[in-house]
Amino acid sequence: MTEDKRSELQAFALKVRERIIPMSTDGGCFLGASLSAVDVLTYLYSEFLTIDQSTLKDPKRDYLFLSKGHDVPALYGIFAELGWIENNRLANHLSTSDHIYWHPNREIPGVEFHAGSLGQLPAVSIGVAMDLKISKAVNRVVCVMGDGELNEGSCWEAFLVAAAHKLTNLIFVIDRNQFQANMPTEELIPLEPLVDKFEAFGMKTQRIDGHNFDQIAEAFEQTNNNPGPHVIICDTVRGKGLPSIEARADRWFCNFSAGEITELLNELHQKGSAVITAETIVAR
Amino acid sequence: MKTYEELLRDTALADERFVVMTAENRALVRNLPSVLGDRFVDTGITEQTMLGAAAGLALRGRIPVVHALAAFLTMRAFEFTRTSVGIANLPVKMSSFIPGVLSDGNGPTHQAIEDISIMRGIPGMEVYAPADAQDLVDMLPTIWATPNPSYVRINTRPAKYDHAPYEHGKAEVIAKGDDLTIVTYGFMFEASLEAQRKLTENGFSVGLINFRSLKPFDGEAIRSLIGQTKQIISIEDHFITGGLFSILAEFLVKEGLSIPVHPIGFDAKWFKPARLPEVLAYEGLDAEGLVKRITQLI
Repeated sequence: MTEDKRSELQAFALKVRERIIPMSTDGGCFLGASLSAVDVLTYLYSEFLTIDQSTLKDPKRDYLFLSKGHDVPALYGIFAELGWIENNRLANHLSTSDHIYWHPNREIPGVEFHAGSLGQLPAVSIGVAMDLKISKAVNRVVCVMGDGELNEGSCWEAFLVAAAHKLTNLIFVIDRNQFQANMPTEELIPLEPLVDKFEAFGMKTQRIDGHNFDQIAEAFEQTNNNPGPHVIICDTVRGKGLPSIEARADRWFCNFSAGEITELLNELHQKGSAVITAETIVAR
Repeated sequence: MKTYEELLRDTALADERFVVMTAENRALVRNLPSVLGDRFVDTGITEQTMLGAAAGLALRGRIPVVHALAAFLTMRAFEFTRTSVGIANLPVKMSSFIPGVLSDGNGPTHQAIEDISIMRGIPGMEVYAPADAQDLVDMLPTIWATPNPSYVRINTRPAKYDHAPYEHGKAEVIAKGDDLTIVTYGFMFEASLEAQRKLTENGFSVGLINFRSLKPFDGEAIRSLIGQTKQIISIEDHFITGGLFSILAEFLVKEGLSIPVHPIGFDAKWFKPARLPEVLAYEGLDAEGLVKRITQLI
């Protein structure tokens, strides 16, 4: 990847984070899980997926399904940056005047399917990938999942089916931010060794730094050369970009004051360190 | 008359949108893989993945007809049906094998006797229970043509009655009667018809209605009974909770109508597993048992 391209992607991701952070006030959002997924989603929509504003409903587009759902602020931040939705629409978060809430809604241009119930969209992605194969189409299907989501048995059932049906056009992306709702994954339901598990299920598996655009690009380019189904495990940091909330078990769902949002935006731009006093709502 | 499999084969061959899916339940579709090629999809014993994948196929414009044993099709996969198929209201067509007493010797794990109750709770989901093979094959082309998801209690028993053509969402009125009217659906139609004939021989004036479509529900068929028959007997191989008896109760209360209704079904219990005729005799659901129970009620 050229220096310019890397800088361009980093700048884009920074703008997306700027859009996400204000969504964590006045009702709040799942901020940490959104920030961990920003970089891979930035790469996918900027570089990898064959889709733009004019092809959002084109049957020849690539599909991205956001299975973990909680990270939808990242998706909407990207759609706003790309101009698919108006910038000021994000201010409608949690208002009945729009469809922007804690999980994806198909009324928003660019959202392929509603999500929120973990372990559902691997199967839906399989159905789309099956149809593309039946139709002899070359579109690709990307399903973005959380690591905590992998507790759901239906994920592993879907991996078996994806491998059995040789869905070479299907890529599962795991946002491996090490946390599920309330605690580190390895303290509740240990997932490692994750590469071995996916390999044993018949997936072409890669593991990368999910905040390194060179590694992200190389991994996705690899999927073009090898028939899948693929898994790309992205090692990420929950809350990436905001050291005051990074990798903290108690910063899953965040509902900050307006003053704290200002401090967090300063922190994002490395102009000081935010002092957070708000109680986060852990048991949602 | 075509069989279920022949109808499905011809429908899928004539319309590229149709995809036949099964969670390794091939009893009804054994000859289709060679005919349909990659439009026959067996996902293995994975009812959840099958329903989710059916939603994905439907998103791309396909009409998946999905097959599994009734208990697992409805209950194992329920959240996938409700959430991936139901919320998006996608035209996934569910064919439910061995529903109700048709699971005969399998035991309670396989007894789908709450299926009508839970499937009709999904907004947009249509629910059908044909009386026999003739009713089934007559109804399916209409069911598969609607833009909504549907659930069909598959019933391939040979017909013992020459049904009127299916009219979408309408009940089939077999007979009118002053003393009582039996309302029923699906497999229980056969024994209900025999019971109606015997009760008539015994001097009662007995009506009979086949509720082949449970959702949409033909409320007008019930409204027309008010003042015309003294009481209604609902007969179903389903829990009394949530099935036809409940549908009747909801309709009558909502419309402010009043008529005595006596439910015959499973009252908060699973049935005794055995060969089918023995199940029916033991549970009082064969014609003889029904005649006895109904005579006691009136």
